[in-house]
Amino acid sequence: MPSAAEIEQLLEAVKDPEIPVISIRELGVLREVSVNNGEVEVTITPTYSGCPAMDFMRLEVERTLKQAGIGNFQVKQVLSPAWTTDWINEEGRRKLLEFGIAPPPHSADIRTLKGEAPPIACPQCGSTDTALVSHFGSTACKALYKCNACKEPFDLFKCH
Amino acid sequence: MNQQEALFRFALRMGDNALVLGHRISEWCGHAPALEEDIAQTNIALDLIGQARNYLTYAGEVEGKGRKEDDLAYLRDSREYINALITEQPKGDFAHTIVRSFLWDAFHRPLLNALANSSDERLKGIAEKAVKEVAYHLRHSSEWLIRFGDGTEESHRRAQTALDELWRFTGELFEADEAEQILAKEGVIPPLESLKAEWNATVDRVLAEATLKRPSEGWMASGGKKGVHTEHLSLMLAEMQTLQRSYPGVEW
Repeated sequence: MPSAAEIEQLLEAVKDPEIPVISIRELGVLREVSVNNGEVEVTITPTYSGCPAMDFMRLEVERTLKQAGIGNFQVKQVLSPAWTTDWINEEGRRKLLEFGIAPPPHSADIRTLKGEAPPIACPQCGSTDTALVSHFGSTACKALYKCNACKEPFDLFKCH
Repeated sequence: MNQQEALFRFALRMGDNALVLGHRISEWCGHAPALEEDIAQTNIALDLIGQARNYLTYAGEVEGKGRKEDDLAYLRDSREYINALITEQPKGDFAHTIVRSFLWDAFHRPLLNALANSSDERLKGIAEKAVKEVAYHLRHSSEWLIRFGDGTEESHRRAQTALDELWRFTGELFEADEAEQILAKEGVIPPLESLKAEWNATVDRVLAEATLKRPSEGWMASGGKKGVHTEHLSLMLAEMQTLQRSYPGVEW
């Protein structure tokens, strides 16, 4: 029987289907793996109430466990405490940037909480001369920006 | 009515409100005035329908009769839906949609803020998640309303017309039924009238900036929360439920 840490490593293979460079662990969707008396329990949490990728990620977790020969498991979905973009780890933030998505501002940034726009750097050229096009982007978790310097549009993983 | 029955009814209502409004907003998919707005409205609809799933699943569990989210969403007639009337009104023109969303969002956010401290763990969890989504909804509808009201003569006229037409559905939001009175007494939900001050403040602030006139109080429509609806809900449900009614038990 693999340990909880080994299973967590195994689940590194499960990616966000909409941002396939980032794993559910890096995204903070994977909350906990525990092994009790031979039963594996994996706890996941949705990023948004209506995140359409959630069912897919659950299926991928189940498939990955089965492929590793683990049959006795349970995938539990919890809502509380609510997922926040602060749970995306540094590795995840770096990968988002490389993928062309500006990582989210930290929610503790008071400007974010007040609804003011903190400066967002363009993931292509690094300029902070950028402008919000829409609070709602290609998926529930993203906002649409454009860069005034290199003229490229880009997604921002929005603060939540 | 015992507390469990009250909780079932409240979770069901929260689910119905989110589902009906989410469906109405989703009607803009492919029809919104600009591409970015099409994406925004469908994202908002998706948030609401996701919230509805959480509430309806919980309602089914509290009821304890084995009904799942899909049974509650697709196999109830309009008389069994207990959403507020404002959520079921047709989408109208885009000003109408924005005004309705704004009046609802300004109520929804303080409600969820309070529910995020509920003594009921499940409601608390759903609200903690949803309140962050709804903060974006309120900001979006407020920005549009200000743009319409303080925009052209035509956009101002349309926004004011929508406001005058929809105002009569706002009173019902704060009318607590028996279930809501029981739960408020137990500290599970806030007393609905306690949300009025924040709602008033938001409405007055945004309307002032939008140069729109707050309608006088006057007669208020109600009944949706008791299952007595405007004709629009039946028509909406007929469309929304047609697949499940035609092919019982079908799964996507």
